[in-house]
Amino acid sequence: MIEVQHLTKRYGKVTAVDDVSFRVEKGEILGFLGPNGAGKTTTMRILTGYIPASDGRAIVAGYDVFDRPIEAKRRTGYLPETPPLYPDMTVREYLDFVARIKGVPASDRKGRVDAVMARTHCADVAARHCGKLSKGYRQRVGLAQAVLHNPDVLVLDEPTAGLDPKQIIETRELIRSLAGDHTIVLSTHILPEVAQTCQRVVIINHGRVVAVDTPANLTARLKGAETMYVQVDAPGADVPAALGRVAGVTRVAPADQRGAPGAYEVESERGRDVRRELAREIVTRGWGLLELRPMRMSLEEIFLQVTTEEHAEEAARA
Amino acid sequence: MRNIIALADKELRSYFASPIAYIIIGLFSLLFGWFFYVYVSYFLRQSMQMQFGGGGNMNVNQAVIRNVLMNASVIILFVMPMITMRTYSEEKRSGTIELLLTSPVTDFQIIMGKFLGALGVYVAMLAVTVLYVAVLFWYGNPEWRPIAAGYLGLLLIGASFVAWGLFLSSVTKNQIVAAFLTFAFFLMLWVINWIGDSSGPTTQAITSYLSITEHLDDFTKGVIDTKHVIYYLSFITFGLFLTAKSVDSERWRG
Repeated sequence: MIEVQHLTKRYGKVTAVDDVSFRVEKGEILGFLGPNGAGKTTTMRILTGYIPASDGRAIVAGYDVFDRPIEAKRRTGYLPETPPLYPDMTVREYLDFVARIKGVPASDRKGRVDAVMARTHCADVAARHCGKLSKGYRQRVGLAQAVLHNPDVLVLDEPTAGLDPKQIIETRELIRSLAGDHTIVLSTHILPEVAQTCQRVVIINHGRVVAVDTPANLTARLKGAETMYVQVDAPGADVPAALGRVAGVTRVAPADQRGAPGAYEVESERGRDVRRELAREIVTRGWGLLELRPMRMSLEEIFLQVTTEEHAEEAARA
Repeated sequence: MRNIIALADKELRSYFASPIAYIIIGLFSLLFGWFFYVYVSYFLRQSMQMQFGGGGNMNVNQAVIRNVLMNASVIILFVMPMITMRTYSEEKRSGTIELLLTSPVTDFQIIMGKFLGALGVYVAMLAVTVLYVAVLFWYGNPEWRPIAAGYLGLLLIGASFVAWGLFLSSVTKNQIVAAFLTFAFFLMLWVINWIGDSSGPTTQAITSYLSITEHLDDFTKGVIDTKHVIYYLSFITFGLFLTAKSVDSERWRG
């Protein structure tokens, strides 16, 4: 449904997006993840035909966004970072205007506007001026505007930014309910959001794609080494040395400074569970085993790891 | 065409949804009315004296309408920048330009929509003044042709303002800057022929051709000269062309 090939965007000497390629299948929700300034918005603006790319191609719903902009735009709904509302218009007037310029036939217009307002839960503010809406309603009207002409593709730039937790949950549910009929690309810098709404994640940093996978696979793939958190009660004993001799253990390091005394992070070879051996070792030495658990990497850590690896590579190349 | 109408309609509504249109139309009518009153009373005094002195007839068209329309063109110099300043600047500042540029409409349609919307406000403004002129028909019998020609001239000069106002609004996010650029640009064209005889004949020919009021003069006399119509039309087209270029280059620069 969306195909992006070697997309590059340069502003003078600055490269905002550098050779980005990815595909999104029909009905899929793709998460675009990256720190602020990573090039998410720029990529989305290229996809929606707001700005042209310096290099590469983007094909949306079968139409090249540069060669056939009108056809591509007709099939794309876009919610920019700030919902593009006209403060002087009422919500209904605004949606009616958007329906007109998006090419919704006059006979369907009222029905579409009503249906979309009901779906995005903004029917109760239909007669209010857009300039007087709360942040949550602005976002909903923005979303209503994006789905109004029933586009094949939805591009949502940080759809939950600035909302309160309840609104965030509602918006996520709404987005999930839209998938299937629509192919969705959404950007965020909030990690749990990706895990909860998206089937696939593209991690982007400094304008480059650093990883593309499902949230589950990313977690698994990036785990690298297995890490255990161990806390023992063994005053005076050389715990790291003893644990380091256990078969399969590659590294023993004190857990972070705030941790209780005797807390260690024990890394082992990939795919090897060393919990039994560790427990036996500790018990046979007569120490007290207070805690032993595997440490799971959260998406935050994965994200940091991926983006810093990228940094290291860059430094090595330079 | 459907898109142009939708966009023009939106522009026109937004003028009338805010106080802008009412203030502009109200103050323009007030100033126009004042000039009208001054010239009519002057005309009455003069023609009274002439009757007693046994002189010839005075012409309403020459003495009142021509002067009033020329003065109206001065008022629009101040008023038009206020109409056009928001066209692009406001959309850029508030981010709604992103909606327009990602909708299945062409740049040309957006520009024409904005052009017609702003022109609509201007036409509404002129329409109010027709009421004053109607008074003359009630009490006298002026010739209607020179009046129609004068209004055509005003329409063309106003459309030129709108076209260039759009362009100057598209270069900045700041409405005040847009308004001032438009005002300064047209003031320059207003006074460019004041250099007059003190320059050489070539310079004089060029400056008087560029002068935007010089071309209005014949219209207010009731003469529709193709030369002047072409001047205004090419001026309008050039302004709209620059707007299109500006919007497009903005897109490349991001």
